[in-house]
Formats: sequence, C-alpha cells, structure tokens
Amino acid sequence: MSNKGYNANFINRQSFIELDARERATALFDAGTSRELLGPFDRVESPWLPMQGVTPQADDGCVVMKGKITGQAAVVVALEGAFQGGSMGEVSGEKMTAALDLACADNEKGIPTSAVILLETGGVRLQEANLGLAAIAELMASILALRKHAPVICLTAGTVGCFGGMSLAAGLASYVVMTREARLGMNGPEVIEQENGVEEFDSSDRALVWAIHGGEQRYATGLADALIDDDTSQIADAIRRFVSMGVPPVHRSSQVALYRNRIEALDSSRQWDPKEFRALWATNGSNEEKR
Amino acid sequence: MEQIEFNYPAKRKVLKRAHVGVVGSGDLEVLLEPAEGEVAHVFIRTSVDGFRDTWKAVLDRFFANYDGAARIQINDAGATPGSVQLRLEQAVEVSER
Repeated sequence: MSNKGYNANFINRQSFIELDARERATALFDAGTSRELLGPFDRVESPWLPMQGVTPQADDGCVVMKGKITGQAAVVVALEGAFQGGSMGEVSGEKMTAALDLACADNEKGIPTSAVILLETGGVRLQEANLGLAAIAELMASILALRKHAPVICLTAGTVGCFGGMSLAAGLASYVVMTREARLGMNGPEVIEQENGVEEFDSSDRALVWAIHGGEQRYATGLADALIDDDTSQIADAIRRFVSMGVPPVHRSSQVALYRNRIEALDSSRQWDPKEFRALWATNGSNEEKR
Repeated sequence: MEQIEFNYPAKRKVLKRAHVGVVGSGDLEVLLEPAEGEVAHVFIRTSVDGFRDTWKAVLDRFFANYDGAARIQINDAGATPGSVQLRLEQAVEVSER
C-alpha cells in the first residue's frame, strides 16, 4: 500500500490525549511496574460535592501510581480533566500532595524517586473553595521540597490544559512538557474576557488563544522545556529523558532577576504580537542568568 | 443529585472487580465488585433527578442477561440510557477478562 496522501506515523500513532487519567499514568511507567495507590475502590471521594448536589467520583479525579521509570522509582499523579474540569478539591489535592511528600521522604532515605504530575485542570474546585486553595498551597510547598532531591516533571497534554493556581504549580516544576494541543496560563481565556471585555481577549478566537496559551508558544518563549507530538510513545520517551536528566542546575522559578527584568522591559502601553513576543523571550534564560 | 437503589437475583459468584468510565458530562463511572449471597445490588447516584423509571428499564434489560452476584455502584453525570448500558457491559467484560 502506498503512503502517499497521508503521514503513516500520524495515522499509526497512539494518541495520548485520548487516554483517560489512569491510562495516561500507566503509559509513562516501565511496562508492568506500576500499581495504583488509593484507587477508586478505596472510595476516598469528595464529601463536599454530594452536599451541593454534584455526583462525586470514586477517586476524586486524581490517579496516584507508583512504579519505575527507566528502572528508577517514580510516582505519577494524573488529574482526570473530564471530571469537574480536573479541578483541585480537598481530596484530590491531598492525594497529590501526599504522593509527593512520600516521594520526598523516600529520597531522604536514599531511594531516588522522581515525580511526574499530569495537569489537566482549571485550578481550584469552586465547590470546595478555600479547601482547594489550601490544597494548592500545600502542593506547591511539596513540589519545592521534592525538587531539591529529584525532578518534578509537569506534563500538560491537553485538551483541558492547566490554568489557575495549578499553573503556578506547573511553574515550580523542574521541567514542563507540553503538546501543541495543550494550554498553560494563570487566567484562562474565558476569565480574561469576562473580567476585561472581549476587546481585551476574545476567548472564541481559538487561533488567538493558542497563539498565547498554547504549547507551541510556551515552548518558544522558554516557559516549557519540551514540545511533543500527541503520541504516547514520544511522550513517554520525553518523560524518561527528563527523569534521567535529574534535578536541573537552575529551576526556572528561581530565575527571579531574569524574569523581573524581562517583565520590566516590556512596554505594556502597546499590544504585543505573540510572534514578536517570542523574539524577546526566546529561551528559558538559564544561560542568561548565569552570565 | 438523586440516589436510587435496586436489587436483582443472582446465580453465580463474581471473581474480579472492575472499574470503568468517568463522571464527566454525558458519561458515568461504574464500580463492579463481588457481593455475598445470591443477589446483585445496584446503587446509583445521578446528577439528573426524576429518571427512576428509566434507570429501572435499563437495569431490567441488563439483568435479563447478567446473573453475577455483584455490588454495582454507578456515579452518573447525565449519561443516556445507551451509554449506561454500554458502560455496564464494559464493566462485566473487564471483570470477566
């Protein structure tokens, strides 16, 4: 059969985005090494959702798995974007935080353990309000503690993307991996439009949204470390690569002077084009800062 | 949210538990586990109130072909009867694989 007219690699690939949270987490481990902790049959679900007439999910939309990646101990925590927009509630937040804390304790005991967090989330779960906010604050503290010992890798594959407080958690990660379909940003397009009007940001303009929040732009401006096709084996390869690289010499979020200078240098009185912006923020600046 | 429960007679033991689906819009989650005795117990939580008769019709049809002594929990986010039927069949397939 001829390959003319289509890309055989594209047709034959196994999409990562089409997998659910549990399948995504499993796909990143060395085959046959993973086991789930606090799975759906443990029924640790949100006590707050039923009180508000919302059906809970048995794992609260957060899948925690332990196993090996490139032969080394690793924990993977995946948020299920289809359940309540992957939002962080008390239970899902505590599951993710506790998993990272246990990984941190293992590192301190001399067992190198990396973490991969799969963020498909709109941020805090509004039904759980302050508990969700507290969960994200605790998660950020846990990422900071763990990343001294082992890489914390954030993977945002899409299509929900990573927004709100969880974008700050992504910002603390040692490495950020994205696809073209994924989006990453503090305020989502709808929120900006709602607060500042359609003149500020037209959230129905998908080309504009992806030109600003999309994986390609985040990678081109140094805010993500890898841009990978929506292909399960390529994504798993990228995760293995970052696990092997270990803790980076300088974390992006430690480069305060660099980013402060860059933001100060931006003339906010005029509208910037996403392409122009790329020229200014072409790298993640780890070399720039060291100079 | 409405909670609905049903019991159906069962003839054989269920050996393995199964979890399928997600509580996403138009979808549902099914947790199927072995139960004691000769009865299947179904516990439903659904985001759409007032469809008890429809649930009963779907489950009557499902249990016409299924006789496992299972404890089935359904967390539903507005799935259509067709989706419910398919998820239940998928859960049985996973538990008997």
